[in-house]
Amino acid sequence: MNRFDYLRPASVAEAISAGRKPGSAYLAAGTNLLDLMKGGVARPALLIDITRLPGLDGIEVLPNGGMRVGALVRNSDLAYHPVFSKRHPAVAEALLSGASAQLRNAATVAGNLLQRTRCAYFYDTASACNKREPGAGCDARDGENHLHAVLGWSPECIATHPSDFCVPLVALDASVEIEGPTGSRVVPLDSFHRLPGSEPQLETVLSPGELVVALHLPASAAGYAAHSRYLKVRERTSYAFAVVSAAASLRLEGGVVSEARLALGGVALKPWRARAAEQVLAGRACDEAAFAEAAEVALADAKPSGDNAFKIELARRILVRALGLAAAGTPDRMPALPGSVFAQPEGLALHA
Amino acid sequence: MPETAPVHIRQGSSIGQPLTRREALLKVTGRARYAADNHPPGMLYAVVAASSIARGRVASLDVTAAKSHPGVAEVMTPANAPKLAQDPDEKANPFTFRLDLLQNDRVRYANQAIAVVIAETLEAATEGALLLRPTYETEPAHVVFASATPFVPPSVGVGDQPKASRGDVESGLTGAEKRVDATYETAAQYHNAMEPHAIVAQWDGDRLVIDTPSQGMAMAQSRIAGLFGIDQADIHIRSPFLGGGFGSKGLISGPQVLGIMAARLVNRPVKLVLRREQMYGPVGHRAATRQSFRIGAKADGTLTALDHHTVTASSSFDDFFEPSGGVSHTLYATPALSTTYEAVRLDMGTPLFMRAPGEASGSVALEGAIDEMAESCGLDPLEFRLKNYAEVEPLTGKPFSSKALRDCYVQGAKRFGWASRPLAPRSMRDPAGLLVGWGMGTATFPALMFQAEARAELRADGTGTVDIGAHDMGQGAWTALAQIAADGVGLPLDRITFNMGTSDLPNAGIAGGSAHTATAGSAIHNAGASVIAALAALATNDERSPLFGAGNTGVLARDGRLMRRDDESRGESYSDILNRAGRHSVEGKGQAAPNPGTQQSYAMHAHGAVFAEVKVDPTLGQIRVTRLVGAFAAGRVINPRMVESQYYGGMIWGISFALHEQAITDARSGRITNANLAEYHVPVNADVPSVEAILVDEHDPHVNALGIKGVGEIGVTGTAGAIANAVWHATGHRARKTPITLDTLIR
Ligand SMILES: Cc1cc2nc3c(=O)[nH]c(=O)nc-3n(C[C@H](O)[C@H](O)[C@H](O)COP(=O)(O)OP(=O)(O)OC[C@H]3O[C@@H](n4cnc5c(N)ncnc54)[C@H](O)[C@@H]3O)c2cc1C
Ligand code: SF4
Repeated sequence: MNRFDYLRPASVAEAISAGRKPGSAYLAAGTNLLDLMKGGVARPALLIDITRLPGLDGIEVLPNGGMRVGALVRNSDLAYHPVFSKRHPAVAEALLSGASAQLRNAATVAGNLLQRTRCAYFYDTASACNKREPGAGCDARDGENHLHAVLGWSPECIATHPSDFCVPLVALDASVEIEGPTGSRVVPLDSFHRLPGSEPQLETVLSPGELVVALHLPASAAGYAAHSRYLKVRERTSYAFAVVSAAASLRLEGGVVSEARLALGGVALKPWRARAAEQVLAGRACDEAAFAEAAEVALADAKPSGDNAFKIELARRILVRALGLAAAGTPDRMPALPGSVFAQPEGLALHA
Repeated sequence: MPETAPVHIRQGSSIGQPLTRREALLKVTGRARYAADNHPPGMLYAVVAASSIARGRVASLDVTAAKSHPGVAEVMTPANAPKLAQDPDEKANPFTFRLDLLQNDRVRYANQAIAVVIAETLEAATEGALLLRPTYETEPAHVVFASATPFVPPSVGVGDQPKASRGDVESGLTGAEKRVDATYETAAQYHNAMEPHAIVAQWDGDRLVIDTPSQGMAMAQSRIAGLFGIDQADIHIRSPFLGGGFGSKGLISGPQVLGIMAARLVNRPVKLVLRREQMYGPVGHRAATRQSFRIGAKADGTLTALDHHTVTASSSFDDFFEPSGGVSHTLYATPALSTTYEAVRLDMGTPLFMRAPGEASGSVALEGAIDEMAESCGLDPLEFRLKNYAEVEPLTGKPFSSKALRDCYVQGAKRFGWASRPLAPRSMRDPAGLLVGWGMGTATFPALMFQAEARAELRADGTGTVDIGAHDMGQGAWTALAQIAADGVGLPLDRITFNMGTSDLPNAGIAGGSAHTATAGSAIHNAGASVIAALAALATNDERSPLFGAGNTGVLARDGRLMRRDDESRGESYSDILNRAGRHSVEGKGQAAPNPGTQQSYAMHAHGAVFAEVKVDPTLGQIRVTRLVGAFAAGRVINPRMVESQYYGGMIWGISFALHEQAITDARSGRITNANLAEYHVPVNADVPSVEAILVDEHDPHVNALGIKGVGEIGVTGTAGAIANAVWHATGHRARKTPITLDTLIR
């Protein structure tokens, strides 16, 4: 890899002032960034190791009833946190469905939000990629795009955002707390990642030097705890990115949906909130017909970006299934295979 | 020699004991020294710069930029690469493969080495390689299997005929009441051993010492000797442990030789380790296949004809053709049989032996097609296979040296609970509503034998030594061969020193073709017999010995004692014999080689039966193998623990073949887009919830003196087909393309 400077700032302020310099990059656990550096995809001149910054590893319930999770909290620590996992079981399930135990033990909350796409052409420096090199073209368009986006893509980029964690988060109105050179701000997760448009190199709303310091979940998010699931279809039973995934959270009153929260993963360059589909469900009975209608609406704008039309139908079916699982209720214990179709709910026939 | 854990002393024979790996302690404590763990003083790091085009030539390299990077010592390109004594494209025999060793600027496949950067640190060498920024004169490349023009290859595998037949297939098909015509496709796969190809090379004048993983040290020595024009005896290879090989370390690969060239160029020790993605090209792979069957049967399910046509691919510049048709020669009885081949040439690295080369890809296709015929005859798949049980080898008509396949079917089916399987597909569900399917496949692998030598010594202090340049790829050779050695010299395991894993020991041939235990084991066994004979001669000719007059054949060796065969109470210890004779030690040598006589008379194969249960999500298509039971008969079992673990490993590779492994090639660039272990999937623990292996008794008096067949590769055969057949049984969808992916089940 290229020679770079390494800085271990003692404070957030020091980190931010270093982070403003062009060519700098924040290093969290490095499970994504170091791979990119080894492949010559990312070539930062200055690596700012934020893992020792004080005060960014807390998990707390705020006075307003919401939760604040520090940017450096490890994925596993969050998934197994007794309060967090009870209040936000689908988020815990999504976390535990991702990567491997070793990676989850290292990976951080902010790193997960900010992980880069897994598009093979992005990783392969000999390929044309608008995201890596603006204006170079997109080799995925006419290449291997079996797993690429079916929503929100542009001719300039058809990649997906690979995070599982972000999917239930975006459904539950999570927001991102950011510290920057000009102060702090809070951005809804739904507007944190950008769709590719004509500038796929711009991935988030972060401006130079801005550091993610925490993640927030509103008090209302906990209201879905009894009916919240994450479901992830993948090409092997564990340790694979989603082909398509869905998060479904319901508030039920006497078998009727009072509010629904839905999002899809693996379909777009951001976690995909399905707001119109949520509207379909409000006030409806929990039945297959309602779920199917919601799924139809959620994918209404979907179109294949290549050899991936199957993902659209798959996404519909996953939504229906995830809604069914959520309606059946959050299991008391985390399934042994989190987010898996093979999770085998006790005494429940869901695969009619 | 590695430190070994103490062994438990058991009565009598070491062979047959389920000993744990003797080097396990070293491995779990991180002290087992693999090739890349070596750091001789003054060592430099070499990093390969690999081609990003699949065909053309390198037009320029920015050597100046690379060399001016701090820490970079040298850049090896065709301009300054050491000239070789032999053209690396010269083929001495079918086991010599053409290598890309920077002798010119041609590019024949993506990931071919185009330069090597040598530096004080790995990081500097890596950056140096990036700074080379090659430009190319690119030529259009053919990388898509379907698009190239087929031809009939001169031979397939290593020297097998591309055409074999018995009986009249066409009339067998015409007369058939049931027909199956089906085409199966298998994907290109890469070996992906955990340990990448690595080498630490040190020259001392014209003497060369290398640490490198090798499945065939003597062949590596001879290849290197030829390339550098040096004496084979001046090459010392240390290869005590391999982090897997799967065939890709059978022959020394181009990048390993580049490490040796780099050391010569800079005149310092050099370490070169391939990056994971660089293993997709220069170190071999299994080519994709398309296999078409025409099968005929009578209405009662008796086969009348089997025609198996394979189309596969080799590189544009060398020959290795996946011999998928072989399984059809041995598995099912049929009066008419034909196997034929065609091949295409692609701009990719040359394919090579990989995990049951031919048998694995052939088996998944044949087992599918046979299952289709069983279905069309309305028969249970096991009943159909029993009906067409081959009592003699179908292609040659030879009797089998031994064949306990019937026992495998019976024991496997019983353990699995096969009898309660409903005939119709899509008729089983689990409590959660997942589709459940049961499928089976027959496993087979030839019992091969290569050449080897071994040496044994017995000493007056009651200890012994057995030496052989054998290879441990993780299969347990350090343990199993030592067990054979201990019995061979009639000593408990903890009284012998067993040496292997270096090239200065007697040549053990190649650890491939699942033949290493049989081959090296036979040589060891014979060396043991020879040293015991020498010892017995001392005793039986000495009138002071209680064995006097017993004659060599009249004595037994056990636990450090020789005794009369007709009266075991009359005997004496090795020490007594040697001390009285005033000898410090006696030595013996042994050899192993295939026996042309038995090869003429018998068909020699291991067999097995694999039963698989899969669950499939009916709407989302995701597949999981929930249960595997394999029953295998492979002659004498030296160490049941190691053998079981070989079967597990093989069966897990079968899951991989059926559901996971495939190299995805960009049709435009010829680069593999998933050249990493995150995206080139192999099964993880969650994909293998339950796997059982049954060791079926089989006595084979013909294969070799010890009665050993191979156990390394057979597990992958049968299994992949069983899984594909189970997917059909679960879903009603006949997947004729592996890996079977979820999108094909929901379309
Ligand atoms: C083999 C493999 C399989 C995987 N499988 C899955 C999977 O199935 N599902 C899934 O969701 N993920 C998966 N991942 C991705 C994994 O979740 C991410 O690599 C991880 O979450 C990144 O976290 P990190 O702390 O290591 O981030 P880093 O690698 O350190 O950083 C990632 C990016 O975030 C930036 N960054 C980090 N922290 C901050 C901050 N506080 N403020 C601003 N910028 C910041 C970095 O500059 C960098 O650009 C997998 C990864 C691997 C290697
Ligand atoms: S899809 Fe996006 S990330 Fe992939 S090659 Fe195209 S521009 Fe790059």
